[in-house]
Amino acid sequence: MIYSIRHETKYRYSDSVMLGQNQACLQPGTFPGQSCEDFTLEISPEPVVRRPWTDYFGNRIWYFAFDQPHDQLIVTALSRLRRDPPLPIDPKTSPGWEESRDRLRYPIDQECRQAVQFTAESPYVRYLTEAEEFARLSFPSGRPLLAAVIDLTARIYTDFEYDPTATVLQTPTIEVLRRRRGVCQDFAHLQISCLRSLGLAARYVSGYLLTDAPPGGTKLVGADASHAWISVFCPGRGWVDFDPTNNCIPQHRHLTAAWGRDYGDVAPIRGVFVGGGRHAMSVAVDVVEVKTFETTL
Amino acid sequence: MQQPGTVSAHPTGSLLSAYQPEVTSYDEMVDASGRLRPAWARFAQSWDGLGPARLSQRNQQAQRLFRENGVTYNVYGASRELERPWELDPLPLLFPVADWSRLSAGIEQRARLFNALMADVYGHQRAFQSGVLPAAILFQSPGFLLPCHGIQPTGNVFLHWYGAQLSRRTDGTWQVVSDRTQGPSGAGYAVENRIVVSRTWPQDFEDLNVIRLASFYMSLRESLKALSPRHGDNPRAVLLSPGSRSPRYFEDVYLARYLGYALVEGDDLTVRRDGVFLKTLGGLLPVDMILRRVRDTGCDPLDLRPDVKTGVAGLVQAARCGQVLLANALGASFLETPALHAFLPGLCRFLLNEDLMLPSSPIWWCGDPDDQKVVEERFSELLIRPAFRQRPDQGVESANHDDAPPLPLDHPERWLGGPHIVGQLSAVERQSLWKAVGARPEQFVAQELIQSSTAPVWDGDRLKPWHVTLRTFAVSSGRGYRVLPGGMARVAPRMDMLAESVTAGQRSKDVWVLADGPVERVSLLHSQTVTLELQRSTNDLPSRAGDHLFWLGRLMERTEAVVRHLRCIVVRLTSELQPSGPTEMAVLVAALSESTGLKLDKWLQRLAVKSPTVEAEVWSEIRRTTRSYLTDATRFGSLTQTLRSAQAAAAIVRDRISLDGWRIISQLTFRMDDNDVIDLGQALLPLNRLLAGISAFHGLCSDSMTRGPGWRFLDIGRRIERGLQILHFVNTILVDGRVEILPQLEAMLEIADSSMTYRYRYLTSLQLAPVLDLIIADETNPRSVAFQFATLADHVRQLSAGRSSHAINHEQQLVLEAQGRLRLIDVDALCEIGGDRKRQALKTFQKNVTNELMNLSDAIMHTYLTHTVAPQQLGGLPPELEEDER
Repeated sequence: MIYSIRHETKYRYSDSVMLGQNQACLQPGTFPGQSCEDFTLEISPEPVVRRPWTDYFGNRIWYFAFDQPHDQLIVTALSRLRRDPPLPIDPKTSPGWEESRDRLRYPIDQECRQAVQFTAESPYVRYLTEAEEFARLSFPSGRPLLAAVIDLTARIYTDFEYDPTATVLQTPTIEVLRRRRGVCQDFAHLQISCLRSLGLAARYVSGYLLTDAPPGGTKLVGADASHAWISVFCPGRGWVDFDPTNNCIPQHRHLTAAWGRDYGDVAPIRGVFVGGGRHAMSVAVDVVEVKTFETTL
Repeated sequence: MQQPGTVSAHPTGSLLSAYQPEVTSYDEMVDASGRLRPAWARFAQSWDGLGPARLSQRNQQAQRLFRENGVTYNVYGASRELERPWELDPLPLLFPVADWSRLSAGIEQRARLFNALMADVYGHQRAFQSGVLPAAILFQSPGFLLPCHGIQPTGNVFLHWYGAQLSRRTDGTWQVVSDRTQGPSGAGYAVENRIVVSRTWPQDFEDLNVIRLASFYMSLRESLKALSPRHGDNPRAVLLSPGSRSPRYFEDVYLARYLGYALVEGDDLTVRRDGVFLKTLGGLLPVDMILRRVRDTGCDPLDLRPDVKTGVAGLVQAARCGQVLLANALGASFLETPALHAFLPGLCRFLLNEDLMLPSSPIWWCGDPDDQKVVEERFSELLIRPAFRQRPDQGVESANHDDAPPLPLDHPERWLGGPHIVGQLSAVERQSLWKAVGARPEQFVAQELIQSSTAPVWDGDRLKPWHVTLRTFAVSSGRGYRVLPGGMARVAPRMDMLAESVTAGQRSKDVWVLADGPVERVSLLHSQTVTLELQRSTNDLPSRAGDHLFWLGRLMERTEAVVRHLRCIVVRLTSELQPSGPTEMAVLVAALSESTGLKLDKWLQRLAVKSPTVEAEVWSEIRRTTRSYLTDATRFGSLTQTLRSAQAAAAIVRDRISLDGWRIISQLTFRMDDNDVIDLGQALLPLNRLLAGISAFHGLCSDSMTRGPGWRFLDIGRRIERGLQILHFVNTILVDGRVEILPQLEAMLEIADSSMTYRYRYLTSLQLAPVLDLIIADETNPRSVAFQFATLADHVRQLSAGRSSHAINHEQQLVLEAQGRLRLIDVDALCEIGGDRKRQALKTFQKNVTNELMNLSDAIMHTYLTHTVAPQQLGGLPPELEEDER
């Protein structure tokens, strides 16, 4: 299936910004199952510098800077994505979770060695005893890894309430765990913390979710939000995505923008600026299906 | 066995025979049989010849030199240890050149290994892909910075500058205790120690053929220059310092001076489209090389740590584009990862195809099952510490951790601090620690307790064997590294007092490497290879430094005004020659406060009662207030408080003040012997001394400072403050018409240091109008308000000379207006007293001129100094950041 995505971020400043340096992580990647066929980044005002680089995870990052006063910044990412649904998984045949953990602890192949980086703590994700205890219920001895993760995903979905007013970006995972509420970002960080505390490798995936049109109505432009979910490393099989917010294994409706250790690695726009006073931000995302392929599996 | 040609001997004199090192450690001076080692024989016997009395004398001489050079000065009162890490022991540590060469070959190899390792982990990662370096070591280390991967520095040199902390094992071999790769501390102290100790022993220094240090620093400078990405012969290099609050600031200043680099902080630099620039009064100047003394994480809030305010946003981008040379390259903190030590022998064979010559102190990474087994067997004799968390370089930060209550034994974070000496733990604690290791083995390393040698230390009346560790340095040079022929040794009576940080230990020692023959003399100031381009005063003063100099000027002038004011009061309160009534004194003392009105009104009301008891009470209050303005450091505007602020301001721009100037400022003090409120007379002498000191500083500035922008901002601050002070006195002393005017005029002239001129012009007839003319309008009197404006007019004109616009600017306009007002002054009209018994015209005039002066000050700040706005973050910060990483 082919989708076109429009992701617009607008900043308004109370005073002029004199200098600003920013990085945008908005260009969707290409990997088995997804290919980015076209990408344009529109920036207003026109920056004095603008250049892409590839980060350690393989994401394409755009650096752009300003040295003239401006009081509004609009960044619009336009992409065209081809997405094929991943092959169905059979959780029962995946390796036991302890075996998976040990293969990361004493890695002997390249794939496992690279995955080790997603077992370590990162700025937003700490090893937490409480998260480990929560996760343990889904990880009885000998259970196949993917079966355990499916169970954990379902428990986060049922035990936690989706509540955009409950948390902010800075809310620590431990608080999310105690209050049992949060948004997709919180649930992703929580699940990653659970998995890493057990010695497993998990990464943070940022992207878009194609929401359905209301029955009988046309799909609203701008109703789609950017979304976040996780991916877990299964030795011998590779990375498998899970969405704790929707209790599902992402298919063609989940479009991947980037992945990293946590939100901090893949924040859509980061920046440091001088001047500006207070600033307000608004985001509008619009995902449209362009063409449907009849796929026979 | 005595080697032929050496003078090894059993000690004979009393000093040496009383020196009895522990038999369990290696001693640097005497061998196991009690003989002096050959390198020490001659020097040690000369100590014996001198005897305790003269050795003490030498020691005192060394301490004096050390103090005068500013090493021991501390700025911030309470945190004394910040600037006073240790005392200096006058006896150097000696090495024959042959022994040193073996050691330095090991250090050179280690530096090369680290450079190759950095090139590997930030490049193709072969070491990790082949399994020589475990994946966990790379990815668990907070020092491995993902945004720095793929950055290729000029000449493939990542590590330009390396410091090794060494100790000698009981068998006499050396081992590395820790590595320092982020602007290692100690190289500046080593030079400082050398200067003092070589002056303490001038003859021995010559006779023993001590190898000089200077050429080492020259090669650092040359090597960086050769690698500079641009500007061929004359690249601009800066030393990036964390700032004057850093415990290492002394060294930053020292090294910057010694290397001839501009000393800058993160705020001074900015990344623009084609690179890194220094923000100066003359505009932006391109920077080619940054010798950094700032940790990796503090370098770039955009790419590295968003919560750190200090860095230069975009620096990683600039490095990625090859626009600037960073020494060391960003990401070097990975090399300080404790667990890495366990893999250095294998990495050395893999990356260099050589055997590691200089080992680390034995270490085991518990993430490896075999190592974990060893650790289990030898648990009770080891030291357990975090495998990845790096310890802060300063004793100050770790001190904070001691205050926190200990976590419960089973808390997962309980054992992640450290190090923990297992032998010192209870059985229960050991069990709990071992459980923590078992739960996350990869997070721990185990080490043997550090062994160290002993060396003689002068202890007042005899030599004592203290434990010693050595820090030395290597700099990149062509294809390899050059090792400092010396270093800095630290000594303490017990081994456990020598933690890894450079500030630990009780004293430091110079390190002398003795050549076999005469040595070449070098100084950094004489470089024969390059002809220097002639330079005159430039505009490359960082705006931040201009700002601080401006404030130094203001605070020094304010101190002077406070001293003169207090002296004027003290003289009147203690001498019979200048009797003053309580009303006059009340006015003078109330003027000490910024807001004079309330207190004065109360005093005057009470005095109006004309009761002797009330008057006595007021007198005593006047004395107490005076006393408190002399000594109360917590009182705003007091002498002690003002003086401290001035000294703190000076400390921030210490690199811009000459050594003599710094010496004068740092020695300014005001002390009264006891708390006797009645006898204020004893304050006179220290006040006069203080005034002499302040005058000496001003004299030095006008005599020795080049008339560049630095001097100009210092003087602008001084002129603005002096004008404001005179106007303040006019307002507080002369406006009130209720008070007898003659004593006030006397005081005014005294405070404005204009009595002599007045008497010369008008003899003894004291009147308000001529006094006002002299202290406000007379442009020839350096204490008058008009004189300050005339001088400011010149500064403003000179500063704008280099700027593009030909029209007169805002500052010039302000000065001209004020000068016009002062020239048209009608002093007689200002003398009139209005219906409210106040000289309202004088008050209005005073207020207007004060406003003009403040507006001028704001305008100058705005035009030249406002690059200093704090940057903001777009988006959020991570939640749980650990204190020790900040």
